Amino acid sequence: MFYREAGDFKTTYADDSQTFPIKFDRYRYYLVLAVAFGVIPFIINDYWANAVLLPFLIYAIAAIGLNILVGYAGQVSLGSGGFMAVGAYATYKLMTSFPDVNIFFHVIIAGGITALVGVMFGLPSLRIKGFYLAVSTLAAQFFLVWLFNRVPWFYNYSASGQISSPERTVFGYAVTGPNAETWVAYLFCLVFVTISAIIARNLTRGASGRRWMAIRDMDIAAEIIGVNPLKAKLTAFAVSSFFIGIAGALFFAVYLGSAEVGDTFGTTKSFLLLFMVIIGGLGSIFGSFAGAAFLVVLPVLLKNVLVAGLGWPTDTAAHLEILIIGGLIITFLIAEPHGLAQLWRVAKEKLRLWPFPH
Amino acid sequence: MKLKLATLALGAMMATGPVMAELVFPSLAYRTGPFAAGGIPFADGYSDYFTLLNARDGGIGGVMTAVPECETAYNTEKGVECYEALKGDGALVFQPLSTGITYQLIPKTTADDIPMHTMGYGRTSAKNGKVFSHTFNYPVNYWDGASVGVNHFKEQAGGSLEGKKITLLHFNGSYGKEPIPTLEALAAQEGFDLTIIPIDYPGQEQKSQWLQIRREKPDYILFWGWGVMNQVAVQEAVNIRYPMDQFMGIWWSGSENDVMPAGAGADGYKAIAFHNVGSDFAVFGDIQKYVVDAGTAAGDGSNVGTVLYNRGVYAAFLAAEAAKTAQAMSGTMDINASQMRDAMEALEITEAKMAAAGLAGFGPEFSVSCENHGGPGMAAIAQWNATDQKWSLITEFGPSDSSIVNPLIEADSAAYAAENNIAERCN
Repeated sequence: MFYREAGDFKTTYADDSQTFPIKFDRYRYYLVLAVAFGVIPFIINDYWANAVLLPFLIYAIAAIGLNILVGYAGQVSLGSGGFMAVGAYATYKLMTSFPDVNIFFHVIIAGGITALVGVMFGLPSLRIKGFYLAVSTLAAQFFLVWLFNRVPWFYNYSASGQISSPERTVFGYAVTGPNAETWVAYLFCLVFVTISAIIARNLTRGASGRRWMAIRDMDIAAEIIGVNPLKAKLTAFAVSSFFIGIAGALFFAVYLGSAEVGDTFGTTKSFLLLFMVIIGGLGSIFGSFAGAAFLVVLPVLLKNVLVAGLGWPTDTAAHLEILIIGGLIITFLIAEPHGLAQLWRVAKEKLRLWPFPH
Repeated sequence: MKLKLATLALGAMMATGPVMAELVFPSLAYRTGPFAAGGIPFADGYSDYFTLLNARDGGIGGVMTAVPECETAYNTEKGVECYEALKGDGALVFQPLSTGITYQLIPKTTADDIPMHTMGYGRTSAKNGKVFSHTFNYPVNYWDGASVGVNHFKEQAGGSLEGKKITLLHFNGSYGKEPIPTLEALAAQEGFDLTIIPIDYPGQEQKSQWLQIRREKPDYILFWGWGVMNQVAVQEAVNIRYPMDQFMGIWWSGSENDVMPAGAGADGYKAIAFHNVGSDFAVFGDIQKYVVDAGTAAGDGSNVGTVLYNRGVYAAFLAAEAAKTAQAMSGTMDINASQMRDAMEALEITEAKMAAAGLAGFGPEFSVSCENHGGPGMAAIAQWNATDQKWSLITEFGPSDSSIVNPLIEADSAAYAAENNIAERCN
């Protein structure tokens, strides 16, 4: 009834190939943006920002990055925790070495550095595939964690290997450090999420996205029709690592404020990101958001219901939380192997016909 | 049905519970994960001491205490969530029981004007109150621990460590890396060879580390472990027949949980301690009577008198004494976090206060000042007796080598102050 193409006439090619061709979808997208930029900053409090929204936004960027690599280009990676660490340590070094440069640029440069590192570790993907590639990226994960543990230059020779982000401002408002207002930190991350999502969306539906998907679906066939596997695979690694690096930078500088590589960016982080992408839906930008929400918001929600709502002991609640989330993951993967994004697609198909089923 | 009943019960409790002022001591506990073996007894002790104060004395200065608990699982992200969730409820002091979470909370608590007490863990240089206004790490810190441990080895070696080999076996995280600067400085001064062997989280597998130890045959091993890695390390040491009296853990690696699984082989294992051991203190009788027997204990009551339970009680005792000081200083019973901070800076723990709380001779006497947030740094050595299944102190509480520790604290805190543009206080 509302969700349909009929009556929405496109008169230019640009109109025809826009991201949300259906009017209802488009308005929903504008509404989400309006609420995120115009309403939430005014009502946000410390708890909501630090426990729910900041981690959600930052994980969403990382999931978008990993989704490009795993979902679009079909290269399984278990090194995302290590790449996040590269982003985090790069911003830390930049922040402390060039305090006068705006943090905004530091984050982007950190993304760039991570992209370079990503390309380096992406080189083996030209020769090895599938599980073997997963193992070689896992090696990247271990190597990077070892590196940031071992070389004191990366953490400015601090006693315990911890890095902590000093206060940096954007337009006179503190974004990092303890005195940052929550709405500033939120908006800072939101800007990065929005830009990342738009870039990722447009990359994946353009020529480079089609090259990645061709490689994913069958690399020999892709090579025969003229896709350069070297270029396609390495750009996928570069773009993916760029986003993951940005996420790592924000994760350290804005969200946590201090980090220690093995603790914050260990293998668990790599697996968490992979789960997000798989549960959210491989090869879908919306899926990255859905996966991040599922694994960030749900545990907090469950904790609040069980401990604060029902007054259960914290350890019982914590164990139950793991149980419920594990159960839900299995249920979802059996009921919908293509992830939450597929559920959303099915819902949209249904909406298109609603209320007349034929 | 059960869910409904629980909801109903909760509703009833909320309806009947009187609204009154409370002194809130949040507990960032971990009862799950690989470090739960250490987290559970500590959290139980912390909570039980306040329950005892409520039941026996009617709270502190007539105001009841509350200990809301939040599960962190030693995870920094959950720690942030817990901090944000609890700070709004009038929290007086945070005790994160994790060095990683401590680093996270140092700037946050300073900005929110809530004190944080990291007793025997956390950022060592927080001892310098001139830079760290809201962080306290009395009565002792890791660098003191490293110094006291090395002093003991020196005594054991007959007065000189020249040419000896000491290995630091540590958790490869911020906690385990803390003592490295002190040990490096000590190695240069005392002339021993220092080898550093890290164990990655969670540390259930240490074959390669102990293979290296077997090959290098160090004269002494210092061990900075926590949770499940402690038991594994002690067991591995027994397996390679390492002389246990030359193997010493920091205070977090010296509880009953850590040595019991290795059985008789663990006899003689040492640990650095900053408070007394055993259950021969009046307070434990009261806890048994008012808390465990009344059925209000946080755990099942079986931990009372164990090393880490005692430490939880000690942490709660220090917090309660600071709250009393704050009440006396501010003249109001219902204190806030800012008054609590001022009181922690003026805290004096005397033998009389410890005796009054039923903890006579439990720890050293000390006082805190604006410049010194870390106390005197006194520690003793405890040794495990596997036959009696008991820890006992084998030395007096002795001071650390301040000529080594203090310059390191100055340097590290100065670096922090420069990085974060902090002006020195207490001038």
